[in-house]
Order: sequence, then structure tokens, then C-alpha cells
Amino acid sequence: MHWTSWQEFLTMRGYGLYVWGSFGACAAGMILEPLLLNQRWRSLQSRLPHEKDDV
Amino acid sequence: MMTSGFITALRRDLLLAARHKSEWLTALFFFVMVTNLLPLGVGPDAALLRKIAPGVLWIGALLSTLLGLQRLFASDYADGTLEQMALSPTSLSWLVAGKMFTHWLVCGLPVVLMAPLLGVQFDLPSRSLGLLTLSLLLGTPILSAVGSVGAALTLGVRSSGALLSLLILPLYIPALIFGAGAVEADLAGISPQGHLSLLGALLLVSVFFSPWITAVALRIALE
Amino acid sequence: MSNSVINWFKYASPSSFYPLAGRLIPYFSLAAVLLMALGLWLGLFVAPTDAQQSEGYRIIFVHVPASWMSMFIYCVMAFWSALGLAFNTRLSGMMTAALAPTGALFAFLSLWTGALWGKPMWGAWWVWDARLTSQLILFFLYLGFIALQSAIDDPRRADRAGALLALVGVVNVPIIYFSVQWWNTLHQGASVSLTKAPSMAHIMLLGMLIMALGFWAYTIAMALKRVRCIILERELTSEWIKRNALD
Repeated sequence: MHWTSWQEFLTMRGYGLYVWGSFGACAAGMILEPLLLNQRWRSLQSRLPHEKDDV
Repeated sequence: MMTSGFITALRRDLLLAARHKSEWLTALFFFVMVTNLLPLGVGPDAALLRKIAPGVLWIGALLSTLLGLQRLFASDYADGTLEQMALSPTSLSWLVAGKMFTHWLVCGLPVVLMAPLLGVQFDLPSRSLGLLTLSLLLGTPILSAVGSVGAALTLGVRSSGALLSLLILPLYIPALIFGAGAVEADLAGISPQGHLSLLGALLLVSVFFSPWITAVALRIALE
Repeated sequence: MSNSVINWFKYASPSSFYPLAGRLIPYFSLAAVLLMALGLWLGLFVAPTDAQQSEGYRIIFVHVPASWMSMFIYCVMAFWSALGLAFNTRLSGMMTAALAPTGALFAFLSLWTGALWGKPMWGAWWVWDARLTSQLILFFLYLGFIALQSAIDDPRRADRAGALLALVGVVNVPIIYFSVQWWNTLHQGASVSLTKAPSMAHIMLLGMLIMALGFWAYTIAMALKRVRCIILERELTSEWIKRNALD
């Protein structure tokens, strides 16, 4: 491991904005998509003819 | 005879175009308008205008082609003619080819003929004017051919006009690059032959496959 | 469902694929989380600092996998489309529709991370490089596909029209890429070249591959989840859902 401090890790030696901007966007997209899908799934469950427990 | 559908569709659509002149005149006028607005937007610098002229004229041609495409099958679809065509024993692909060719005659060809005139406004040298006309002559049939697939896919669909541009414009990029590129290359002193050959190849491929794919798309729309 | 012999054609019908997809989702989700965690650890902590690009290069650990997946997903969509048009199976259209939003997300993320990488490396958020431009066009193709499908009300027609569009698109992608590259060499602005660093350390490559595998597992999990939603939406009134709504 080559990071000498947390500070250095967070600022990425000056590239913090770019690196965390990229990783953050990916994280946001890949967390939001499952959440939206789950919402769609749940709203479908409530419209099902026979109410049954969630899988 | 296989090609009888081609002739029938050609004759019928030409007659319709002759009756509704405003439809294709609008597309042509749009082309003239767009290309004339551009100098007003970027300023009258002759060197700059000469540089961007091929791209501007080509993009004008793309957009005015789109205008006519929306109506390529729409009225036949609305009044049920298209369904009759699909059921008739003549090959649907040949009928589609006829309609495509008519679309080029009434939307593409006027643009090609108008282009040198507009090129003069952009101060293009006469050699480039000829090349521009040639590249549009090779390229506008590609626009009609590729566009007809999109027109068939979006037939009778909500906001089909906007959707058609979203589907088709990305597919126009190769034609735009080789078409405008041929003139730009010549202006830069490079031989435009490579561009023109590739444009010709695109033309052959798209004209060969498009009627068939369009016919498939029409059958999907009519199902 | 206790057959040990799997008959693949059985799963071509939505009613039998639905429970299978439900059982597979947890595995792929778990694989996605584990692989991405491992990939992030390799990428952020283990991989050494790049000699030329310092820490900025770490963006490749998300940028390259996102770009790969966006291209790969389009090819998979084309595969399902061809299958759907050839054999007229309903499931293929649903799979194509289920994959498209995830593919569009990855295409967008690839562009976004590409811009964030480009700014420190070449001093511009956007350069008209052949790869970036092609990626942008791929994003447009995804948007066109999604727009077409959502504009058509009849699901059968939406599937078939979408399948045809995906196939036309996949034939055009290489042509577009070639033409954009041609255009790029003609207009070679200056020093900008996106070719990868000449010697990439093995650990970087490994991290990238593991991240790509994680993205792949994520894609499958999302597509399966979405295809289950699509199946339910379309067959809400059909018999098999009424019989045993969810098993």
C-alpha cells in the first residue's frame, strides 16, 4: 500500500475531483438503477391479482 | 414482372408530388433557409465560410431530407393503401424501392441541383462546387434509403417526427463524413477519391439492402 | 422444477423463465458486489501510482469496464434481436428491452468518466477523438432504441421494431467507427492521442478485468430483475400469473 495518509488518498495527489467525480458518478448510477428497479418491482406487486408475499 | 411494383409506386408518388408541390418545395426552401442562416450566425468572414461550407451544405441536406421522410409512408398508412400494397402479389420491396426513388427525386435531387448555387454564396471555388454536387449526388440517395427504414419503423407512432430524427441522424454520420469530407479534402489539397469511393460503396450497400429491410419494418408496423 | 436435465427451450417461454430469473438474481448480485469490491481495492489501494499520469489514471478502473460493457451489451441486444426475429420468441424481445437501459447507463458513464479523465490529461473535457465520438454515437443509438420502444404501445410491435433497429444499429456501428476514425485522421488537430499507456502493469490490468467482470455480473442481475418486471407488466392478466402469482 503506497498511500501515506488519508489526506493523500482523498485528494488523490491533486486528482481528487476527477477520480472521485468518476467513481462517484458510477456509484450513483449503479446504486440508483437497482433502487429504481426495486421501486418498479414493488409497484407491480401491489397490482398483482393475487396478493402473495414478496419473493 | 418483379419490377412492376417499382414502376407503379414511382408513377403514383410522382403524380402525388406533382399535385402537392408545397410539400417538397417546403423541404427545398428549408435547405436554402438553413444554409443561409449560418453565415448570419457565424459572421461574414469569407475564409471561415469557405472552410465550413461543405459541412453546412451537407447538414442542410440531411435535415431537409428528414422533412420529407416523415411523409414517405404516412399517408398511405393512414388511408390503408399500404396494407393493400403489403397484401398485393407484387413484391413489397420493389414498391418500397419505387417510393424511395421518388423521395429522392422530389427531395434529394432538388437539393443536389440547388447546392452549387448556395456554394457560390459561400465563395467555394468552381472545382469544389463540382465536387460538392457530385458528393451530394452520390450521398442523397443514401439519405433516402437509410431514412426510409426509420420512416417505416416510426410509422403511426407517437411524435414520430422527433423520433425519426433521433433514430436516423446517427446512421447518417458515415455519409456526412465521407460526403463533406470529399470537398474538405479537396480544399485542403488532398485527393477526394478515397472519400468518393467509400461514399459510392455506402450508396450501393444501402440502396441494395434498404428496400428489403424497410419492407420488413413495414410488415412489423402493419401487423 | 427439480429436473436435473435442463431443457433450454423450456426457458424460452416467459412463464418458465420468470422463476429461473428470480433464482439467479441473488447469485449475480452477490458476485457483482464481491467482484467490484475486490476490483476497487485493487484499483485504489494495490495498484501503484502511474509514472506519467500520477493518480489520475485510476479512472480507467471504471472508465474502461463501462466502455467495454456498453459495447458488449449492444452486441448482446443484437443477438437477442436476431433470435427474436428468426424464431419469433417473446422472451428475446423482453431481454433486449431489459438490457437497453443498463447499456445506456454504461455508455453515459463511459462518456462522463472519459471527460473527467480527459480534463487533467489533455486539458479539455471533450476532444473529438474517434473513440469518444463513436461512444457518443453509441449512446445516441441506445437512446433511439429506448425512445422507439417506449413510443410504441403494442408490445409485440415494440419488440419487433426494436429488434430490427438494434440489428441495423449493430451493422452500422463498425461503419460509423471506421468513418469517424477516417474523419479523425483527416482532421488530426494536434497531439491528442487516446492510445493507452504503453506498458500497463499487470496489477492494473487485473484490477480492470475484475471490475469489468463485476460490471458484467451487475448487468446480468439488472437485466434479469428488469425482465421480471417486464414479464409481470405484460402478462398481468394471463393465466399462469393468476395461478401461482409468485413462486
